[in-house]
Amino acid sequence: MRGSFKKFGGALFGAALAIGQMPITPAIAADKLKVGFVYVGPVADFGYSYQHDLSRKALQEALPGQVETTFLENVPEADSERSIEKLARSGAGLIFTTSFGFMEPTLKVAKKFPKVKFEHATGYKRSDNVSTYSARFYEGRYVCGKIAGKLSKSGTVGYIASFPIPEVVSGINAFMLGAQSVNPNIKIKVVWVNTWFDPGKEAEAAKALLAQGADILTQHTDSAAPLQEAEKQGKLAFGQSSDQYRFAPKAQLTSITDDWNGYVISEAKAVLDGTWKSHDTWGGIKDGMVVLAPFTNMPDDVKAMAEETKKAIADGKLHPFQGPVYKQDGSIAVKEGENASDPMILGMNWYVKGIDDKLTQ
Amino acid sequence: MTLDILQMVLVTVLAAATPLILAGIGELLVERSGVLNLGVEGMMIFGAAVGFAVAMQTGSTLLGALGGAGAGLLLSALFGILTVGLAANQVASGLSLTILGLGLSGLVGASYVGMKRDPAPHLSIPGLTDLPGIGKLLFGQDAFVYLAVGLVAAVWWFLWRTRTGLILRAIGDDHVATHALGLQVRKVRFLSVLFGGACAGLGGAYLSLAYTPFWAPGMTAGRGWIALALVVFASWKPVRVAAGALLFGGATVLQLHAQAAGLGLPGQLLSAVPYLATILALVLLSLGQRHGGSLAPAALGRVFTPSR
Amino acid sequence: MRLDLVPRTRRSSLLNLLSPALAFVAAVLIGGIAVAALGVSPVQAFVTYFVMPLSEIWSLQEIALKAAPLALIATGLAFCYRANLWNIGAEGQFVVGGLAGGWVGIATHGAEGMAIWILPVMLIAGTMAGAAYALIPAVLKVRLGVSEILTSLMLVYVAQLLLDYMVRGPLRDPAGFNFPQSVGFDPAARLPYLMEGETLHMGVLIALLAVVLATIVLSRTLFGFEVRLVGASPRAARFAGFSDARLTLAAFAISGGAAGLAGIAEVAGRIGQLQPEISPGYGFTAIIVTFLGRLSPPGILLAAIVIALTTIGGEGAQIDLRLPLDLTRAFQGLLLGLVLGADVIARYHVRIVPGGPSSRAVP
Repeated sequence: MRGSFKKFGGALFGAALAIGQMPITPAIAADKLKVGFVYVGPVADFGYSYQHDLSRKALQEALPGQVETTFLENVPEADSERSIEKLARSGAGLIFTTSFGFMEPTLKVAKKFPKVKFEHATGYKRSDNVSTYSARFYEGRYVCGKIAGKLSKSGTVGYIASFPIPEVVSGINAFMLGAQSVNPNIKIKVVWVNTWFDPGKEAEAAKALLAQGADILTQHTDSAAPLQEAEKQGKLAFGQSSDQYRFAPKAQLTSITDDWNGYVISEAKAVLDGTWKSHDTWGGIKDGMVVLAPFTNMPDDVKAMAEETKKAIADGKLHPFQGPVYKQDGSIAVKEGENASDPMILGMNWYVKGIDDKLTQ
Repeated sequence: MTLDILQMVLVTVLAAATPLILAGIGELLVERSGVLNLGVEGMMIFGAAVGFAVAMQTGSTLLGALGGAGAGLLLSALFGILTVGLAANQVASGLSLTILGLGLSGLVGASYVGMKRDPAPHLSIPGLTDLPGIGKLLFGQDAFVYLAVGLVAAVWWFLWRTRTGLILRAIGDDHVATHALGLQVRKVRFLSVLFGGACAGLGGAYLSLAYTPFWAPGMTAGRGWIALALVVFASWKPVRVAAGALLFGGATVLQLHAQAAGLGLPGQLLSAVPYLATILALVLLSLGQRHGGSLAPAALGRVFTPSR
Repeated sequence: MRLDLVPRTRRSSLLNLLSPALAFVAAVLIGGIAVAALGVSPVQAFVTYFVMPLSEIWSLQEIALKAAPLALIATGLAFCYRANLWNIGAEGQFVVGGLAGGWVGIATHGAEGMAIWILPVMLIAGTMAGAAYALIPAVLKVRLGVSEILTSLMLVYVAQLLLDYMVRGPLRDPAGFNFPQSVGFDPAARLPYLMEGETLHMGVLIALLAVVLATIVLSRTLFGFEVRLVGASPRAARFAGFSDARLTLAAFAISGGAAGLAGIAEVAGRIGQLQPEISPGYGFTAIIVTFLGRLSPPGILLAAIVIALTTIGGEGAQIDLRLPLDLTRAFQGLLLGLVLGADVIARYHVRIVPGGPSSRAVP
């Protein structure tokens, strides 16, 4: 038995080495730019990866004949270096790595392939051929907070959170500040589900929050389960990542949607023109990167207020973290007359005053 | 008021436990017959995908549930052919089944992403369902929940009150002796495997048709594995499967409530509570009972090949 | 009609080779039909899936890197499974090993002197932590008779949450904008590359060494005999005076240690820092590898390479042919199932007997 394995293994390796001498590279049309995408979830998640894949399709449509797109889905963060390198090796000239966990692997591969351009989402490390981009989701959350502050009858909002990373924490804070601006006594209950996507657990969290008196739900997880739960119980909720109105036509107030189309297309164009340069992009409502789904299930005056807030943020007249902003312990974080700096928002790991939850440090 | 909150919590716990009970009770019967099928997660997710697809096509939740059960049954038939028919290794075959099921579910579900259905209807008996404190819990559930409870009772009755059940248990304990007695070891095992597959598929269909009525890839999120662990937790006793599922579901729901109430402990610690609670409960249970060998069916996981 | 299986007295090496080959051909045929149905050339798919990964130095290294942790974990698991102990928590032991060893790497970050000690200490810490974590279910089983299936599985989730907590909390990189990751390890805390400018690192050698060592232990030592005897005949082992409890603890410690070592090798090798997720499910995949390799270390090595090949081939199929991931996954499941099923030819004389529902012994 052992002997036969040795033979089989030997044959396999022998053949492999023999072919190994003559590397085969797949034929690539020289004039086309091959654009690769690496997703952390399935493209069918109807959330984060789905939205990114929409931009891939939009790119394909916007520049027909000039680009060719390909993607890898469900790439585990612990095992992403090979996937990214595989894309680079198969001739991609521009590669989008769409999750924070891909940061170090992206940089590593980028070093090996100096001619390939890389775009890493939600990270902070760049190099000559690695750009970073992200969206100011907190701007959308501020608007949602204001709506919730107006509409909540119980004065309690339920917040289903994924992982305590700055993006999620700044979202909770912006939501709270928005809500406090119209209802100083508003309460937020935060539940951490420690997952980006588990419909069952998200539904259970929604039920727990509703049972404890929340009448509006918001979420920083990807499934439509909390919205559906709100709909079932006749309560209100905000969607996330993509417009989830169809899941809860009577409950969805709006949804914070990522729209990467414009960015992805302009970056591909830059590569085609030869004008691409490493840079950092943090786009918000103004840039069309953060899109709020149509305001629904609310009275006209609230809708008007929401539109107004959105416009004020887009025009730069209103900053969600406009001073004075106080931390949970009462100390001042942003002084009167100032706005929180981008690095402060990017690394936010403290709560604003009024949030009951404790943040793991 | 507080009674109503308590009821709401219990309703949530029961709903959270239902997919675990459905998949667990099926696996229990399989293991009682001496076969270990580690592919529960794969059969569940395939059942969720097919169940939703059938329900969307036909517009019927009932047909969807049957479709889900059928999908699980189909996968388990493959497993049965491999392990019972061809005497392949059960552990490895079950794990392969999980990979296969995950892949197939994605293929089947691809065209149903982003669609929604109304959840399976809940029972509503005027007068009874509105009873304060217990009405919703006892008389306001959907059909899956009652079916899960019914299945637990039925499997218990079958295993301990019928001759066939006795034969099944005997085969699970000693396939050589039972075979020598002229019992149809492979037939019984194959049918048990099919039953387990159908139950797992039904548990998956519950997720996509009732619990969170839509299809999403990976939506079972490891519940198949928990169901497997619960069979062990239950020491292969039907009623204890239900108890274990309620304990696990209860710990999950309670930790979420604790967070919502602002307990201030790290979320990771609270998320670990259901797993730790299950271990602790099993430890306490074993402290209470005398040492006397394993409670597992003696032939569990062993290959049987009739030579004549 | 029914199927009768009569165990072969001797296993022929021809059939041992033929049965997986037949399964492979069958899987490729079924997969080919599925691919053709999607409008992709089956020949091209075959080349992309099975030939391309073996045709470049780079991808051969990637196969080795992917196979190494699988082979290492599976080799350890073989001790448990041979003794009929169901450790299915290797994933958790892997994570704990990576965490403990990585902790050493973080604690010594920027430290002067003693640099050559850092890596060995990390590897030992990872191994010990994995072994200790595996001993929890082992002790509970030996002392209280608690089933190891449940405890080892549940502890996987606990380990993952623990790593998550540590990386987001105490072990977070202070200069990392509060993102969930530790500092990058110093070069002294990284496994050295085997060749300049390539990706292959020492972890591959560690795995190979473990396979060789396990082969010797299982076939040439008293302990190996004990493990095999307990698996084959627990009664005989008891008569021979072997202690169940001691063996249980030893087998769990070995498999946990191997998984922990694989964990720290992955962290100190490829990843180079701690992050919330350090395993793409190696601990679970290794269970299949163990049985696919028929519980023998050389077989395990081969099985690990096959699994690595199909994973990497599947990636190529996604990129070059735009085949959905789910299809390559279903294919992987199908291939494994067929290989397991085809094993029947190597192990048994298969007789198809017409008529009669089942064999019935005459009393």
